[in-house]
Amino acid sequence: MIDRSGTPLVELRDIRVAFGGVHAVRDVTVDLYPGEVVGLVGGNGAGKTTLIRTLSGAHPADSGQILIDGEPVTISHPRDAKALGVETIYQNLALADNIDAPGNVFLGRELTTRFGNLDDSAMEDATRKLMGRLNPKFQNFVVPVASLSGGQRQSVAIARAVHFNARILIMDEPTAALGPAETRQVGDLIKQLREEGLGIFLISHDIHDVFDLSDRISVMLQGKLVGTVDKTEVTTDEVLAMIILGKRPGEVTQKDLADLH
Amino acid sequence: MAETKVSTAEREPETPATEPEEAGRRSLKDLLRAAEVDGRLVGMLVALAIIWVVFHIITPNHTFLTPRNMWNLSVQTAVVAIMATGMVLIIVTRNIDLSVGAVMAAVGMAMAIVQHDWLPKWIGFDHPLTWVIAVAVGLVLGAAIGAFQGTIVAYVGVPSFIVTLGGFLVWRGVAWWMASGQTIAPMDTLFRNLGGGSTGTVGGTWSWILGIAACVGIVLLQFTKRRQRDRYGFRLRPMWAELTIAVIACGAVLLLVGFLNRYYLPPALAAQAGKAGQNISLGLAYPVLIAIGVGIVMTFIATRRRFGRYVYGIGGNPDAAELAGIKTRRTIVKTFTLMGLLVGLAAAVQIARLNAAVSSLGTGMELNVIAAAVIGGTSFAGGVGTIVGALLGALIMQSLVSGMVLMGIEAPLQDIVVGIVLVLAVTLDTIFRRRAAT
Repeated sequence: MIDRSGTPLVELRDIRVAFGGVHAVRDVTVDLYPGEVVGLVGGNGAGKTTLIRTLSGAHPADSGQILIDGEPVTISHPRDAKALGVETIYQNLALADNIDAPGNVFLGRELTTRFGNLDDSAMEDATRKLMGRLNPKFQNFVVPVASLSGGQRQSVAIARAVHFNARILIMDEPTAALGPAETRQVGDLIKQLREEGLGIFLISHDIHDVFDLSDRISVMLQGKLVGTVDKTEVTTDEVLAMIILGKRPGEVTQKDLADLH
Repeated sequence: MAETKVSTAEREPETPATEPEEAGRRSLKDLLRAAEVDGRLVGMLVALAIIWVVFHIITPNHTFLTPRNMWNLSVQTAVVAIMATGMVLIIVTRNIDLSVGAVMAAVGMAMAIVQHDWLPKWIGFDHPLTWVIAVAVGLVLGAAIGAFQGTIVAYVGVPSFIVTLGGFLVWRGVAWWMASGQTIAPMDTLFRNLGGGSTGTVGGTWSWILGIAACVGIVLLQFTKRRQRDRYGFRLRPMWAELTIAVIACGAVLLLVGFLNRYYLPPALAAQAGKAGQNISLGLAYPVLIAIGVGIVMTFIATRRRFGRYVYGIGGNPDAAELAGIKTRRTIVKTFTLMGLLVGLAAAVQIARLNAAVSSLGTGMELNVIAAAVIGGTSFAGGVGTIVGALLGALIMQSLVSGMVLMGIEAPLQDIVVGIVLVLAVTLDTIFRRRAAT
């Protein structure tokens, strides 16, 4: 069981983001404890990605507070997030297709020799060791990642996120582009990283994925938080009702649940 | 049933017939792959060799592959080659610089005015430092113009095509305005050496020394790379491949030096130097050495430095680069600044060669520079392109022009041929790349 008595690893408090006149995220509060996976679910345009982008530094919040270890922090750029141990795996993978796997893993944080030159061998070596842990079948270290399969590319994206001692991992649709075997692989990896004490925000469309991997589930609808529930206390139908109808498990009727099918 | 049998029977004899050919083709490819040689680079070298040999055969009196013509070709290529290395980085980041010809005119004009009008008044005529100050002024001005345009592109967000199209008009006008359209000549005596010519060369002995130094450098580079990979226990390039590459590369360098060294000072000038009747090698010209030096430094920057890695990262995926924490805008400004610096250097070589600065200096040069980068494999889609490719691209273009001049083909037809070659080169590249991807 996860100990939630202490200070949360991350707390997003009353986050609000607007694009022009459209409120993409309205006063949402979520938190995350060490060694915990919190699933963020909701339909298209529910505001999951926008909410999480405020934590990864890709798009700052208009108002609200971000606390890490209980301390208020300012994250206005991806660099700030990385400095705080927040790593993100983006939906579109965000890899430079023309560069090889080690180059991508270390993009923006290259290892250099004492003269400041790129130390490609050291980076390749580190990437080989990392992949030995994450995806032992991975062998393509010197070709541009454009020529890799979806699963291999995902391995590179994950390697990049975990190499720098991340404490908080954000995964936006990590399995969207993957086949069943690769999806299972990513699932195993998430479990492994949770064992190591990382906090993980997992965004997904796939309710089964989320049920399988998450400890708690936060549901969003039209930019607002419907609620956060413990996975062990709800059924998939009740979560579906939250996603579609915006009703919490206590408010939902048998008829509502029947109508969902 | 009967039909199936017939079809298999028909297919069978085909298989052994095609296999040996296929295997042969594949083994060459495997050979190149095992040697870790860039296939595109080899292709360009082969294309260059074909151009040279064909021109040598079809030119009247077979004048193409002569020391004299090759020496001139090397000097003529230098100016475009120097700028093409900078253009590669610009295009790799999905930008373009249309202003390089006009900036060359403005900076060249400024350098000419400094050494022709200003410096003689302050430090005297033909002072030994004149050329140093003039070149420094050119480099600083070029870099400043580049940084200014790059800042508008990166921080204001105006497309580089528009910014540099504006620069294309502005700097040409500025160049005219600086001297009211007059030609400024002559240049300082020492400055003039930057342009090559009979005094702007290192001579035969030094050419050999530089050639041998280059060979030592090639071998040392291979050795350190091999040792480093060995330290981590990575797969090493087979020894036969290392040796073959070393022999071919060093052989080519020494062959070229030896060939160019057979271009001698004209008898009249030799007599002036008090060595009448002797063969005095001109050796490698300064513009050529500058272009080679620029090529080495730019390759180092592009492949061994963080800045270079960021340039390629931005070109491959600008969003990924930004999310990876790269200061993308600053990197873009740096690429334009570097381009401006190289334009300043190229402008110095160009006015030294002409021994004069005119406001029409470098007209149309931007297109030659872009064409050299593109023929050299730089892709407008971004993220792809090499410095050495751009140097070879410049050499291929200049070889075509030089050969056609020797054949007495008139200028409009030259343009037609160069235009066709440009499109053809990119077409072939696109086809090969598509085939490589599948």
